[in-house]
Amino acid sequence: MPAFFSDNQYRIVEAACARLIPTDDDPGATEAGVVDYIDGFLGAFTFDPPRIWAGGPFSGRHGGAAGFAKFHRLNRLDELAWRTRIEGSLGRPEREWNGPVVGLQERYRDGLAALGEDFADVGADEQDGRLQAHPRFTALIYEHACEGMYGAPEYGGNRDLVGWRYINFEGDVQPRGYTDEEVSQP
Amino acid sequence: MTSDFDAIVIGSGPGGSTAADILTDAGWSVVVFEKGRNHLINLSEPRELGTDFSNDEIKFVQRWFLGPDPLLEPRTFRRHEAEGDHLHVGEVNSIPTTVGGGGVHADGKVPRFRAEDFHVLSQWGPVEGADVADWPLSYDDLEAAYTEAENLVGVAGEAGSSPFAAWRSGPYPMAPGPIMYGASLTSKAAEDLGLHPYPGPTAANSVPYDGRPACNNCGFCAYFGCPIHAKGDPVASLRRALLTGRCELRPETFVSRIRYANGHATGVDYVGPDGVTRTEDAKYVICAAGAFETPRLLLLSGMQHPLIGRHLMFHFQTFTMGEMTVRVHGHKGRAVTTMHDDHMEPDEASLAAARAAGLPWFKGGMVEHCGPAHPILEARLYPWGQAHKDAMRSSAMRDRMWGFTMQGEDLPQATNRIDLDPTVRDVRGFPALRVTYTPHRHEIVASEYYAPILENVLMKAGATWAFSATSPSTTGTQFGTIDSPIATSRHVVGTVRMGTDPRSSVCDSWGRLHDVPNVLVADSSPFPTGSGYGPTLTLIALAIRNVRALART
Repeated sequence: MPAFFSDNQYRIVEAACARLIPTDDDPGATEAGVVDYIDGFLGAFTFDPPRIWAGGPFSGRHGGAAGFAKFHRLNRLDELAWRTRIEGSLGRPEREWNGPVVGLQERYRDGLAALGEDFADVGADEQDGRLQAHPRFTALIYEHACEGMYGAPEYGGNRDLVGWRYINFEGDVQPRGYTDEEVSQP
Repeated sequence: MTSDFDAIVIGSGPGGSTAADILTDAGWSVVVFEKGRNHLINLSEPRELGTDFSNDEIKFVQRWFLGPDPLLEPRTFRRHEAEGDHLHVGEVNSIPTTVGGGGVHADGKVPRFRAEDFHVLSQWGPVEGADVADWPLSYDDLEAAYTEAENLVGVAGEAGSSPFAAWRSGPYPMAPGPIMYGASLTSKAAEDLGLHPYPGPTAANSVPYDGRPACNNCGFCAYFGCPIHAKGDPVASLRRALLTGRCELRPETFVSRIRYANGHATGVDYVGPDGVTRTEDAKYVICAAGAFETPRLLLLSGMQHPLIGRHLMFHFQTFTMGEMTVRVHGHKGRAVTTMHDDHMEPDEASLAAARAAGLPWFKGGMVEHCGPAHPILEARLYPWGQAHKDAMRSSAMRDRMWGFTMQGEDLPQATNRIDLDPTVRDVRGFPALRVTYTPHRHEIVASEYYAPILENVLMKAGATWAFSATSPSTTGTQFGTIDSPIATSRHVVGTVRMGTDPRSSVCDSWGRLHDVPNVLVADSSPFPTGSGYGPTLTLIALAIRNVRALART
């Protein structure tokens, strides 16, 4: 059950991300669950605490407790900022100290509608053409796809660390770190 | 009227934390107001070390965990007044708004200035269109404070390793940490070409120091807070101040006005975490909100000195980057472990180039040997589709990219300034900070002169190609890209100019405002010139000198 997208929106985002970061000999956006990252971000306030900032200081992957999994509580202003950024100002005076803000949810709703209800079911060339025809929305979804592919898995993407593994990036390494030899040698 | 505290300190970065440490050590009671959140230090007794900082690119790079959030606290930008109220609203050079301030996000290169940096006007003379000035103090006046600052934050370095460094009365408290592999390649090439690379003085522990562990090279350094407190951020001085029992730290609290009358400050108005405005009184006010927010606060307070906010300087950065045939893994290590200072001062060849360009002289800055480290930023540079996968595996823009950042000296110009935007507001309803900034031709000519020299070093080090770009861009207006006219350097100085003459400076040589002398500025705002070195150690040394003098009164 997606946190924000409808079932068909979820399929469209998944299909779009599969064109942006495709699967080849290595895993792509589909295997990394990038759509779940984006859905979790747009639906961040359906979680408690909201899924904005993962905790710290360690993930538990290299020692220490699994602190990333416990998301930060937001203070009053942080919640105001992130709700406004994600949901938009929605005409509420307390969110419009510098005027109306179009939220990410609205940009996704409009962008996905523009890609077409049938986007997930058309051919790859047609999908690429539609993405190219909407460069501003494609740039937005690509930025989020990159975050979901190469960010910490606690945010919902980079499933099984497939994004980091295929580029030989270790990701977070605290509290183990790297030895002096790993720093200085080829 | 009785004051609740001896001093109010505004800002908990390197300057404010140093001030709190010195004043509480002298027996003063102090309250530190910090606009940002606290993730640096456990505020309950016994104030053990602990933090929420983490190796998390989404949290720190994509989602402003260290603040300021550009929606809550937008800043505005224009290149010059003729461009109207502003060209851009949103993120403008976001040095952190958090307990620990700019000390938290830095990769901790903390060189001292050179003796020459304190008297540029006397040594090299004026430059048309700029307000080059001497400092009202010398390196010798600050040397003891530099030594104290290095011991306070914990600096790893090697005395005598740079022939360009100033004299020093003692060794660094720690030896340098391990040199990054990429830096070993460029260091060798630089030496072969007659340059003088050396281990950059770094505020990251190479051994356990002052109760904090040695750095373990995790690589999430620049833009990130340190998850293990190995970085020489202000946690040490803040913790010491708090443990005296005479210091109170109030995060999420915005000081909106310094209250003063007849040249005497009595306290401040502040907006607390609950959004309610209150007043706090004190005998002295220490402004340490940084060279952006300190002049903004003075202007919000209605102070009238015509030079408040002027002479804003950044570093004019020249990025020379190239693709190496080998993987240099810039994500392992302290972000920058090697520097060279050969381009800090004019020589015969650069003087000839300056004259040919119609300038009397130009100066470059420290050159950091460095490479990109993190994959989300890299990924966004590549096109989408199959090309994305191929590029990420090859990693020409991260794992095989290496090069230099030259932090070029930026000349002071009165037209480059901080003031209050006429229409844009922050979330609390106060006028947003506006930056008006255009580089002087000095910076552009210097960059164009040094970039080919740096590209040559990089090619000798094994790059297959090299290119150079600058920040700010000298031609572009694509905000949020490499082509942005907004300087990315977080080295911000100069906006509350220090000097002996109240007509040509805002504060005196001890950081006290000429017009309200019980307000002392303890950040990088007073710097009359910016040098080509990062400002942090110098602002800490200046705070030590000036605040200790205050504490003796």
